Amino acid sequence: MSVLVRDPGLETTVQDTGRLGHYAIGFPPSGALDSYAYHVGNALVGNAPGAAALEAVYLGPTLEFTTDTVVAVTGAEIPVTLDGEPVPTWESVAVRAGQTLAFGQLAGGARPYVAVAGGIDVPPYYGSRSTYTLVGIGGFGGRALAEGDELPLGDAAVDPRAGRRVDEADIPEHPTTAELRLLVGLHSYRLTPDSLERFTSTPWKVTPDANRVGYRYRGAELEFVPREQPFGAGSDPANVTDCGYPVGSVQVPGGVEPIVLLQDAVTGGGYATLGTVVSVDRDRLAQTKTGDHTRFVPVDLDEALTIRRDRAGRLDRVRRSLA
Amino acid sequence: MADVTGTTTDTGTRYDFGGDEFVYVEISPEMSLPAHFASLAITRRLREEALPGVEEICPSNASYMVRVDPDRIDPRDLVRELQRIEAEVGSAASEDPDFVVDTRIVDVPIMFADPWTHEVLMRFRDRHQDPSGTDLDYGARINGYDSAESFIAALAGAPYLVTMMGFVPGLPWCFQLVPRERQVEVPKYVRPRTETPERAFGFGGAFAVIYPVKGAGGYQLFGSAPAPIFDGAQEQPDFADEDSVVFFRHGDLIRFRRIDQAEYDDVRGQVEARRWRYRTRPVRFSPSRWLADPDGTNAALVGELDR
Repeated sequence: MSVLVRDPGLETTVQDTGRLGHYAIGFPPSGALDSYAYHVGNALVGNAPGAAALEAVYLGPTLEFTTDTVVAVTGAEIPVTLDGEPVPTWESVAVRAGQTLAFGQLAGGARPYVAVAGGIDVPPYYGSRSTYTLVGIGGFGGRALAEGDELPLGDAAVDPRAGRRVDEADIPEHPTTAELRLLVGLHSYRLTPDSLERFTSTPWKVTPDANRVGYRYRGAELEFVPREQPFGAGSDPANVTDCGYPVGSVQVPGGVEPIVLLQDAVTGGGYATLGTVVSVDRDRLAQTKTGDHTRFVPVDLDEALTIRRDRAGRLDRVRRSLA
Repeated sequence: MADVTGTTTDTGTRYDFGGDEFVYVEISPEMSLPAHFASLAITRRLREEALPGVEEICPSNASYMVRVDPDRIDPRDLVRELQRIEAEVGSAASEDPDFVVDTRIVDVPIMFADPWTHEVLMRFRDRHQDPSGTDLDYGARINGYDSAESFIAALAGAPYLVTMMGFVPGLPWCFQLVPRERQVEVPKYVRPRTETPERAFGFGGAFAVIYPVKGAGGYQLFGSAPAPIFDGAQEQPDFADEDSVVFFRHGDLIRFRRIDQAEYDDVRGQVEARRWRYRTRPVRFSPSRWLADPDGTNAALVGELDR
């Protein structure tokens, strides 16, 4: 009951819904960046919500199965083969012991997810199987997968079955310019009104520094309102007295490189935060890659809550259609 | 722009939303002990009340943050609850003699001007405000001390309060318990270093920290702690006993005690033998008493460690 890693891909990690409840001592949540793709993958293979899956980025892994099982690939648009024969994505696929799952070249998005019936059965750490590589905990040995790793599979699949398929309409598209909706606020008053306007009108380009910790962007320069810095903040105009950072919050150290903090980010620090990407849109962000463009679209709290409800409703509907 | 400007109460506290999952509350833009005591009192009360939909409570220096489940409580309703709690306990925290914190004081050995951080800081001089000296020389000069020695004496001369945890697992932000005119303040590096040794003792803004693990960092480097503050495998007795991978807790009091290389090596030996234990004593901390008599209160707190 295991999966052998023949080739780990670029950086493939074990992820689930995340390590919640320890933010106040500095543990970021970790967990699948594209939560929709992750949840749908589990539903396809008949897992209970929350089973651990694999998250890859850019280059998928090559995986050999030691047991008959059911798998599903969701997320990025990428060709997938089983023993060299193409198999569909967003659909559950039967795998026999000894068969090898492999990936072709990425065609859209950035992160494919591999769900396996029963889930990846690594030991939970602080309540989660998600990998957090910065301090080397969770997942498989606290690190990204390496060639030769043997991943244990769980036996708790509720109803593994091949041939389940997600409706075309429920498969997200991955445009090369992503729109991320955000609530402006927190320390947005630190930016000049012109700069705040520029932040939401600029098509920002994703830099090579884009990973599970955060995405950095280039595209415009933003200016801070001059002030005498408050005691404790430090002398840089981008500094505030160190405080907590919401997951998804945006900061602009130096005014030239906005950073969206993601699920493996630092939990607090001393940079002014100008707003927070709504939680659902971290899925879209996770499917952007270096060189893609991103626009930040301001919404208010009512809109953010509606977006959240719509997503929950959609996921419920997809799960029911697959049950 | 969509109007999502947060509300501000008449105490100056600012309430705002960090997306759909976080509420951010800033007691004051500047660090002060009364602002922190308000944050401490409010977050303690909030924890006691266990409101539905309050998923995590993160107290910080002069602010705090709540992770909210908006499917269980509308974040706007939560803000109203937080404003009620602020009115009940926020400003009273610094005046009410009945508001006390049962906590502990911890003896934390630090080797100042140690060879390990010295080697790293000398390699990153091009990112520093003053490439000609060391971080200690610079910190001493801009804070009006005549030597690194007298500066170290001030840093180790009064206890600190852990006013925030985070950045990475286990990192304590420590604010020295001295009146404002005696507080040290230093800028962060002009550009962050790509390297900081594990257990480095750093200072940035008005806060001392110990880096739990090695990594990037922008704080001035003044020394090294020999004992771990993060223990992922829980090998040291302090971590195993508490079943925790981090040592410090929000609200801990710390005495940073200056040690020499011989004691540093001795502590390292105990760590390697997996039998290191921090010296700690339970104490009751009264913000109002401290504000009325800082030096006398500090002497009594630190005295507990030496009894």
